[in-house]
Amino acid sequence: MGFTIFYLSAIVLIPLAALVARPWEHGWSGFWDTVSDPRVLAALRLSFGVSFAAAGVNVVMGVLVAWVLVRYDFPGRRIVDAIVDLPFALPTAVAGIALATIYGPHGWVGALVAPLGVKIAYTPVGIFIALVAVGLPFIVRAVQPVLQDFDAEVEEAALTLGAESWQRASQVILPAVTPALITGFSLAFARAVGEYGSVIFIAGNMPMRSEIAPLLIVIKLQQFNYAGAASVGLAMLVLSFAVLIAINMVQLAFARRGGR
Amino acid sequence: MRAATPARPAGLSWLLIAAGLAWLGLAILLPLASVFVEAFRKGLPVFLAAFDDPDAQAAIRLTLTVALIAVPLNALFGIAAAWTVTKFEFRGKTLLLSLIDLPFSMSPVISGLVWVLLFGANGWFGPQLENLGIQVIFNVTGIVLATVLVTLPFVARELIPLMQSQGADEECAAITLGASGLKTFSLVTLPNISWALLYGVLLCNARAMGEFGAVSVVSGHIRGLTDTMPLHVEALYNDYQYASAFAVASLLAGLALVTLAAKSLLEWRFGGELARPTLSEPIKK
Repeated sequence: MGFTIFYLSAIVLIPLAALVARPWEHGWSGFWDTVSDPRVLAALRLSFGVSFAAAGVNVVMGVLVAWVLVRYDFPGRRIVDAIVDLPFALPTAVAGIALATIYGPHGWVGALVAPLGVKIAYTPVGIFIALVAVGLPFIVRAVQPVLQDFDAEVEEAALTLGAESWQRASQVILPAVTPALITGFSLAFARAVGEYGSVIFIAGNMPMRSEIAPLLIVIKLQQFNYAGAASVGLAMLVLSFAVLIAINMVQLAFARRGGR
Repeated sequence: MRAATPARPAGLSWLLIAAGLAWLGLAILLPLASVFVEAFRKGLPVFLAAFDDPDAQAAIRLTLTVALIAVPLNALFGIAAAWTVTKFEFRGKTLLLSLIDLPFSMSPVISGLVWVLLFGANGWFGPQLENLGIQVIFNVTGIVLATVLVTLPFVARELIPLMQSQGADEECAAITLGASGLKTFSLVTLPNISWALLYGVLLCNARAMGEFGAVSVVSGHIRGLTDTMPLHVEALYNDYQYASAFAVASLLAGLALVTLAAKSLLEWRFGGELARPTLSEPIKK
């Protein structure tokens, strides 16, 4: 027990204390000037906005993938099931250069859409695609066990009572899955906000346009602006937790409305 | 309690399967395939030459060294933390669990940043350490610290739910029968958790070897000295040496595939002895 607490303090608590204490070197105004700088604001808006959108798309596609994996027995299902976890295991830098190449102007997909005047890599769209790829397993893995345990009898009852398939899906299954979906959404969102490796290669990193907040921390550190870097880091952490708490409250409200 | 599949129009279900698989292919398989295609695009000699580079070999050695230090440390911590949380009752347990989980909801860049704030040239302890001639940041020590922070939750998260469900009855019995604490641990607890421990170590190791954001902040990018494999991939890529970058990347991708295969094998064979099949769920409080 002593070891646990010592280790946690040394590895998590003390470093975190440095993050919380450092931004105030130049007082409140020092922190505020950094965080309200238009470039920082743009980066925060981009990071949080695109993460939210990516997690949103993943909710739909994640449910589809989970549904397919749970409900249908097709050849190769187990392998597909294992592959879903690949974004957890694949180093982010590897995913990053792969995505940048595929969606770059000469890549498999990039060259396909270039004649249409569509640019994916080095724009916010590229960031969005990287974050979708990173977040997908969170939703699938959150929803899968619920779908698996979902009582077939309830669905059959709905069927015998004459419910159409879309009615079964929207009124019987969806409410059962929603809490897990919200959990998956918040996990995918939190991961996306902080994601660095798989994004920076495809993002183009143009200030005000496609520069994510974690990159701004790296830039400030390279300029030895520790207080500035810590300010952006702290702002990210506080905003993340605020969003996660808000999502948690939505979930609670939902649970209460579902009645017990 | 597998839900039975109700009769459905066959056409629609195949359409759903096709759509789901297509999405997985686009989001996951396409990037994976491109890594290997790009790695071999210029032929086998160029691929192999990427590993003849002394900087690449240094990067591989460094990555192995860091994982060899960070993973056992976090495995030890995981066992100690799970032991503390499940065999004792104390106040603040929820807080302890949240702290263990915290590195997962933090940006890896922040996990690197905090060490710079402590030990960097302008950090809290940086100047004093410099006087002593100790360098942490832009050095292997910093890389290890950043990796330890990022991968801290993996083993603990596997063990806590498992040991929670097992309870302390067997340990109590052993101690009542006169076994010492160490003996109880090695003969009763350890065999009960061995597969989950292996599972956690596997995931911890994959992340430790592949970590990029946190390590990139503390490493200083000195080629041949403080570049790990992922950082070496970045350096090559930014130098437009794409074939070499993807060659080294393919080694990391191979590691990910091996990890995934081993993980699936553990899940299929010892599913009952692992508390949870995935790492995406938060720890149950």
